[in-house]
Order: sequence, then structure tokens, then C-alpha cells
Amino acid sequence: MRRVTKLAAAVTTTAALALTATACGESSTESAGKKDKGVGLAFDVGGRDDHSFNQAAARGVDKAKKELGVDFKEMTASNDETEADREQRITSLAKAGYNPVIGVGFDYGKSVNKIAKKFPDTTFGVVDSPSEGKNVAGLVFAEHEASYLAGVAAAKKTKTKEVGFIGGVNNALIQKFQAGFEQGVKETDPKVKVTSQYLYPTNTKGFNDPAAAKDKAKGMLDAGNDVIYSAAGQSGVGSIEEVSKQKGAWAIGVDSDQYNQPGLAKYKDAILTSAVKNVDVAVFDLVKSVEDKKPMKGTTSFDLKEDGVSLATSGGFIDDIQSDIDKAKKEIVDGKIKVKDTP
Amino acid sequence: MKKFDKDRLILALGAPLLAIVAALVITSGVILTTGKDPFYAFYVMIDFGSKSDSQVWIINKAIPYYLAAVAVAIGFRMNLFNIGVDGQYRIAAFFAAVVGGSLTLPGIIQIPLVILVAMAVGAIWSSIAGLLKITRGIHEVVTTIMLNFIAASTIGFFLQDGRLAEKDGNLFHTPDIPASGRFFTIPTDPDPIYGTVVVAVLVGVAYWFVLGRTRFGFDLRTVGRSESAASASGVSVKRMVVTSMVLSGTIAGLVGMPTLLNASYNYGTDFPAGIGFTGIAIALLGRNHPVGMALGALLWGFLERTGTQLEFEEYAQEIVGVMQGVIVLCVVIAYEVVRRYGLRRQQRQVGEQLAAQARTSEKKAEVSA
Repeated sequence: MRRVTKLAAAVTTTAALALTATACGESSTESAGKKDKGVGLAFDVGGRDDHSFNQAAARGVDKAKKELGVDFKEMTASNDETEADREQRITSLAKAGYNPVIGVGFDYGKSVNKIAKKFPDTTFGVVDSPSEGKNVAGLVFAEHEASYLAGVAAAKKTKTKEVGFIGGVNNALIQKFQAGFEQGVKETDPKVKVTSQYLYPTNTKGFNDPAAAKDKAKGMLDAGNDVIYSAAGQSGVGSIEEVSKQKGAWAIGVDSDQYNQPGLAKYKDAILTSAVKNVDVAVFDLVKSVEDKKPMKGTTSFDLKEDGVSLATSGGFIDDIQSDIDKAKKEIVDGKIKVKDTP
Repeated sequence: MKKFDKDRLILALGAPLLAIVAALVITSGVILTTGKDPFYAFYVMIDFGSKSDSQVWIINKAIPYYLAAVAVAIGFRMNLFNIGVDGQYRIAAFFAAVVGGSLTLPGIIQIPLVILVAMAVGAIWSSIAGLLKITRGIHEVVTTIMLNFIAASTIGFFLQDGRLAEKDGNLFHTPDIPASGRFFTIPTDPDPIYGTVVVAVLVGVAYWFVLGRTRFGFDLRTVGRSESAASASGVSVKRMVVTSMVLSGTIAGLVGMPTLLNASYNYGTDFPAGIGFTGIAIALLGRNHPVGMALGALLWGFLERTGTQLEFEEYAQEIVGVMQGVIVLCVVIAYEVVRRYGLRRQQRQVGEQLAAQARTSEKKAEVSA
């Protein structure tokens, strides 16, 4: 048997070597064509249909296609991928002639800034990460400010005086949501208790594991929390579903206005509001700037002041407390309330 | 006197050929059901995968896969399922990154130090599972899976601002390893090959030598085949369990090194996870053979490289995942089928020889009568 494996190994090696030797020398960049093809969009895990973060970006390019007539190409990250996979994805979009090339999610921060150096004539964009290059536009958001408003709404709406926060992955970005939410709750009603939990300590699977979010939400509901805010991308769907099963409990959505997501229509009566991050506006602005030949550069911050982030009102569930929310919003915009971005 | 056995060659080639053909047929079927052209997909994969930058990418990607496969294979060879390579390499890489980031020593001291720390942490982490097995009889699959979660949570705890990590935009990562403490690279155009490929080759050679050419390796394989036979011949099974678990963990500790010392230079929230599980698939694919696993790791890298390109060509992103699964299954099944066929053929041959002998001796008996 040993002999057999050895022989097999020898034969396959020779075959593999023969195969690779034939194509040596030419790199894929050299043999690629180059012309303007529109927007290259690289999604984070979960993809276009996550009803949340990625979908917000997708709306941006959909709008650009409709209004500016630019085509686009989408690619999606998979779980457990490495820096090398992201670099390859960004590279293949750039070398195929897509302009701008946009990485959706802070995980693309390093790869976009690195690959951008190799394609000086292409504009790159990265959502949730700062720019480090001349041809890179960093699109960052004040998630903590919108989350503060979500906290105000939660504190006003809770009956059990206990509210919960579910984060997808315990990283710096999601901690901004947590910090804002906790502060918003506490400053509105110090008696309300906030429980904050994360699905995964480091693994980005936290953004597309709805089952895990469902379990976490169930645990929180059982413990007496009646308003649950989930910042977990596609996973949030699981939490919203679970909350919708319990009468009187509210879910707070994230990134997109989740009340209006067709995929979530079944649960929409349980969606109190959403902390909206206007990734679509940012993406559209970037595409438009490239079309207008005045590409965006540097890091642009989208905050509450210019409606880069906001609290959704769809469904009308927070109409009765709108005045409190407007007051908090005004105080944040005026700088009277400083929202912390770390818990 | 040993004549060239044609049937044997056919048997040797049979298994991999059968596996490849079956895998191609099944994946073609899958691609067809998605309404796409499978032949164009294979063309894209071969064309794109054979470009020079793809080749470099594939080699770099295969290094940690190979190390993980060897770590898993050490356990496999003695019937131990070390599912915990994933946790072992991550916690090892994390603490190695912490040590590497806090020191500025000459590279010749610092690099070996970082690698040794990684190996030691991996060994300690896996030895927990080994010790629990021999003292409490807890199956290593259970403990190593649990230890994976504990490792992830431990890293998650320390990987926060103000503990062992620093904040950089929306990422947390350990302090960067200074330029002097980074591993060399082999310059190729357009991107370099990681120097850690040398480490992988050395590990492969050591694996082949220790397991195939030493008494220790013989003992280890004996325990894998039959524990009672091994202890009857004077091998302490308990000691072998702990030793091989520790060895497996030591090699697992190296899995994070290509990324840490050649690419990221720190352990951050974006450090690759899941390589330990890929290692299991590759060990199966390479049938625990040092060369087989190398080919398996390269094949895995090739599939991942070309998979992104397939997505670019509007094929479903999941196709490559399906291919990887199908290939592993096909290899396992094909080898089993060929092994059984070989066994039956051998039995038949022996039977025929015996029958022939019996006939001649009968004839002789008749003649003499």
C-alpha cells in the first residue's frame, strides 16, 4: 500500500509540474483588458441580501444604475477568508477596469488601501474604514450617534425596564453601536438596565449567523428584556424573528430601515425603529463623483448632522416619542451631548 | 527477480484517476444545474490558476494549509482526531504576536523566539486534551472542540484596547512586530513568495522522517493500528497519546506563522480563522502522506484562487466550496473502492494459485499411482 501511494504521488507531482510550467511568466494582470466598466462592488460576508449593511450599499449602486446609467459588478466575501482573498477580489475588480472599486466593510480597509497603490488611475472606496491613499475614499459613519437615538427610543418604550444589545462580533466598530446605545438609554432613564452581548468574540461569522442571534435574543427575552437592538448584519434577521414571536417586545434594526425590507415584511410589526446608516448615500455620492470626473478623496465622515446616520420612523411606532428623539438629536448636533464611541 | 507488476501500476493510478474523474463529473453536474457551462468554468480555472501571480498566491496560501494538515495527520496516524488545531494555532499565533510585538531584538534571535513561543503555546494547549484523555478518559474530539471555543474567547478577551491590543481604525490588533523580526521573502514577480515556505518543507521532511524512519514513528503507527498489540510489545499507550498530542499541537503552533511573520505582522481581529478545519480536509485528501498533503494544500489554494475568478465570471460563489467537498469525498471513497478491489483480486489470485497447486499435486499422485 505504501508503494502505491508513493507511485501515485510521484505521478501526480509530475503532472502538476508539467501543467504549471507551461504557463509560467505571464501574470494575470498583464493579460487583462482595461476599459471603464462601471462600479466594482465587493460585499462583506452576508452579501447583497443581508437586509442590513450590505443591502444599504447595494441600494446605492442600484440608484446609481438607475440615475446615472452606470453598470456594476458585485462580488461577496465568504466566511473564514483571509487578507489574501480580499486583496484578490479587489484586484480582480480593479484590473478588469471597474472604476470606482468599493469595498463594503472595514475588513476591506487594509486590502483596498494596499491595492489602490497598484492602480493609481482607479478610484477606490472603502466603507467604515479611513483612507490612507491618494486615490482612496474612506466612508466612515457616526454609528454611535444613531445608536444613541435608538437608546433613547428603547428607554422610552421598555416596560420591563430592561433592554438588550446584541453585537455580531466584538470589534471596535460594533462597540461604537454598543457605546452609543448604552449611553442613550442611561441618559434617558437611568433606571433602565442594559445588557450587552456579542455573538462571537472575533470571528466575522457573527455577521451571518442568524441562528446564533436567534438563540441570543431568546435568552435575552427570557431574562426579561423587552427591547432588543441588534447590530449584527445578516444575523440580526434571526434576532428580529425571535423578538416578533413575543407580544409586546420590540426589535430595533440596524444599518438599513429594516421595517421597509421586503424580506422582513413578516416581522415588521415588531420593528420599533432602525438605526440607519446611509451607506447607500455614501456609495452613490462616490459613484457620482467618479462619473463627474471629480472623484472623492480622503476620509469623509457621515454623521447625524448631515443625515449620514439617522433613526428611522417607518411604521409610526415611535411617533409618540418623536419629540424626545428630536431633542436628543438636536443636542448631539449642537454638541451639547457628546456621544462616546467606546463602551 | 521482482518483475514489473502492470496490475499494480493500474491500481496505483486507479484511485486518484477515479477520484478526479468522479469529482469532475459531479461538479459539472452541479454547475449544469445552476444553468452554466461547466467546461468554460474549468477553462477559466486552468487559465487563471496558471498565471504567475496566481501561482505565487497559491503557494503562499498553501503554506499554512500544509502545516495544519501535518498537525492533523500526526494525530490521524495514531487514531487521534485533533479537531483542535484551529484553536491551537490561533492562540499560539496570538501569544507569539504579543511577544513579537513587545520586543525589539535582532532578527536572528527574535524570529526563532517568536516561532518557539508559538510552538510552545500550541503544545501546551493541545497537551490539555492529551492529559484529559489519559487521566480522565475524555475523548479528544470533545475536549479539542471545547478548547477551540475557549481559545477564541481568550483571544477575544485580550484582543481589546488597553489589554494586549491597540485600536487601529475599526480593528484591534497586537502591536506590530518590528521590521527586524519579520521573516524573509523570496522575490518573484509581481509578488514575493513567503519565506515560511521553507518552514513548511522542513516540517514535511521531519514528519516523513520521524514517522517513517524512527522507532518512535513506528511505535506511534503501531498504537494507531492496534493499541493492545502496541502495549503488548512494550509501548506505553498513554505516553504515546500525550506525546503525539503535544507534537500535533507544536506543529499547529506554526500554522499562524506565515501570516504573522510574512503578511500581517500582528494578530488582529482580521487574523484568519478556520485553517485548522481546512487542515483536516487536506490531511484526508493527502492520505497523511507528506507529498500527498502538499499536493492537497496546493489544490486547495488553487481552488480558492480560481473560485474568486469563477465568481467574477458570474458563476455561483458556492461552486468552489462544493468542489472542495466533492473532491475530498471522492478521494476517500475512491481509495476505499480501489483498496477493496485490490484485496479481492489478491484473494482470487491466491485462490487460483492454490487451486493450480492442488491440481498439479493430484496429477503427480495419479502418475505415481
